[in-house]
Amino acid sequence: MKYMLIMRADDEALATMVNADFDEVMGTVGRYNDEMIRAGVLVAAEGLDSAADGVVVDYSTEPPLVTDGPYGETKELFGGFYILNVASKEEAVEWAKRSPMTGAGFKTEIRRITSIDEFPQDNEWIRKERTWREATGQL
Amino acid sequence: MADPTGRDAVAAVWRIESARITGALARWTGDFALAEDLAQEALAEALVTWPRDGVPRHPAGWLLTVGRRRAIDAFRRRRALDERYAALAHQLGEGGAATGGDPAGGHATGGDVLWDPDRVDDDVLALMFVSCHPVLSREAGVALTLRVVGGLTSDEIARAFLVPTATVQARITRAKKTLQASGVPFAVPPAEERRERLGPVLNVLYLIFTEGSSASAGGAVLRLDLASEAQRLARVLSRLIPGEPEVNGLLALLELTAARFPARVGPDGDPVLLERQDRRRWDRSAIRRGRAALSRAARSGRGLGFYGLQAAIAECHAVAPSVEATDWDRIVLLYEALGSLAPSPVVDLNRAVALSMARGPTEALAVVDGLVAEGSLAHSRLLPAVRGELLTRLGRLAEARGELERAAALCGNERERAVLERKLADLDEGAG
Repeated sequence: MKYMLIMRADDEALATMVNADFDEVMGTVGRYNDEMIRAGVLVAAEGLDSAADGVVVDYSTEPPLVTDGPYGETKELFGGFYILNVASKEEAVEWAKRSPMTGAGFKTEIRRITSIDEFPQDNEWIRKERTWREATGQL
Repeated sequence: MADPTGRDAVAAVWRIESARITGALARWTGDFALAEDLAQEALAEALVTWPRDGVPRHPAGWLLTVGRRRAIDAFRRRRALDERYAALAHQLGEGGAATGGDPAGGHATGGDVLWDPDRVDDDVLALMFVSCHPVLSREAGVALTLRVVGGLTSDEIARAFLVPTATVQARITRAKKTLQASGVPFAVPPAEERRERLGPVLNVLYLIFTEGSSASAGGAVLRLDLASEAQRLARVLSRLIPGEPEVNGLLALLELTAARFPARVGPDGDPVLLERQDRRRWDRSAIRRGRAALSRAARSGRGLGFYGLQAAIAECHAVAPSVEATDWDRIVLLYEALGSLAPSPVVDLNRAVALSMARGPTEALAVVDGLVAEGSLAHSRLLPAVRGELLTRLGRLAEARGELERAAALCGNERERAVLERKLADLDEGAG
């Protein structure tokens, strides 16, 4: 079973991160990642660049409103994600609890990753998506 | 919603921590069998306490502390006033929460920590080597590895292997007694013995995987879990012994084989043969991981071994867009290499199949007839199934029918027999 651990933090929490010692942060996050690699459960991990350099498209108006960087009203920003292959949701939760990115304002969201197999296989768009995933090596 | 205090949460912690806890306790007591008991007792206590009081902040530390306390109780009960007890009592009486002696080493300094992150890897590796020790039978090695290194319960192991729980428990108990009687030390074998001792470890992981991957009926889901547990353990091992080509070879083989699982069973539950599999259903990320492991194995420059060669064959299939576009010549060569490394009629039979794809059925039939003449695989459905296939392609349909009928009669698995019977039906259609 694959689960995505989505690391979230609000503005204040991110500010504390910026002030933290770089080597120390690298060390604690690195050890955490290493632990998951050692346990054979880590499939993928990516970090996201600063939300200030991102763009938000808001659909509440017509045409949609395009604005620069952080998520406007939303206070919690996604900082990165892990993909784990584990035996149960509880195990994913247990790994999340071990994250070093803790304290006020930090959150981890845990979501099961669905598979294309869960969609109707006779749908032509699902078939097309399969072909594309196959061709791009990401199924 | 996950209940954080529930049984499932204990199971999750256990899955993550059991190997390290048992390993640390084994190093500390110098007694593998005792450590396994202590760890199980700690787990039992967690199952009672955590749902009531909540999961502790440091679950691993909690389990270790309970295990260590139980160890002291056990030593006291035995009134074993030997050196070990004296050493332990001395060190633990002073009660540093995280300290423990090194009774096995005999030169305990008191500075040795029970939970030493630098030694965790060695502990887990030692657990793998001890669980798969050659003095144990294969079944015992499999059961012990799944329980001690994988953290599966006896119930889970029993369900996966379709045997009664009592059988699994008996196997584990007997295995621990055998290890004790043989005086197997809790340690990673010295470098010069390691390659030799690695064989059984890889073999046990391979057996676990094979058991999980051969499921086509009954409890299929759990058996796939078993296959993925073997993959996980192989990943752990390749991380613990990074330079060993056969470890990477095995990991590659498991990843590349598992990549095909999604396409191996049809909607009706019947097995789907390689040539009919929908390759779009293959797990691309598993293929990528497998190929990466295989290239690590190849980079060692020592040549591919038993698992690496099989992985290389699996890779040929994984990268081919279709059966026709598969590099069958390379597969023939790889089977030849495999056959000279580990001669077996099954390898020869597979080579014959690859030959028939690369150079046509005539040459392949000669190999198969050779096997028949030797009397190899006399009771296996595989030989007549392949021979029937080759004869069909050569247009010798009457002979082909006889072979396929024989294969169906020898086939114990209903699903597979259905596939053979369909081939027979196709034959009739083709003839008529």
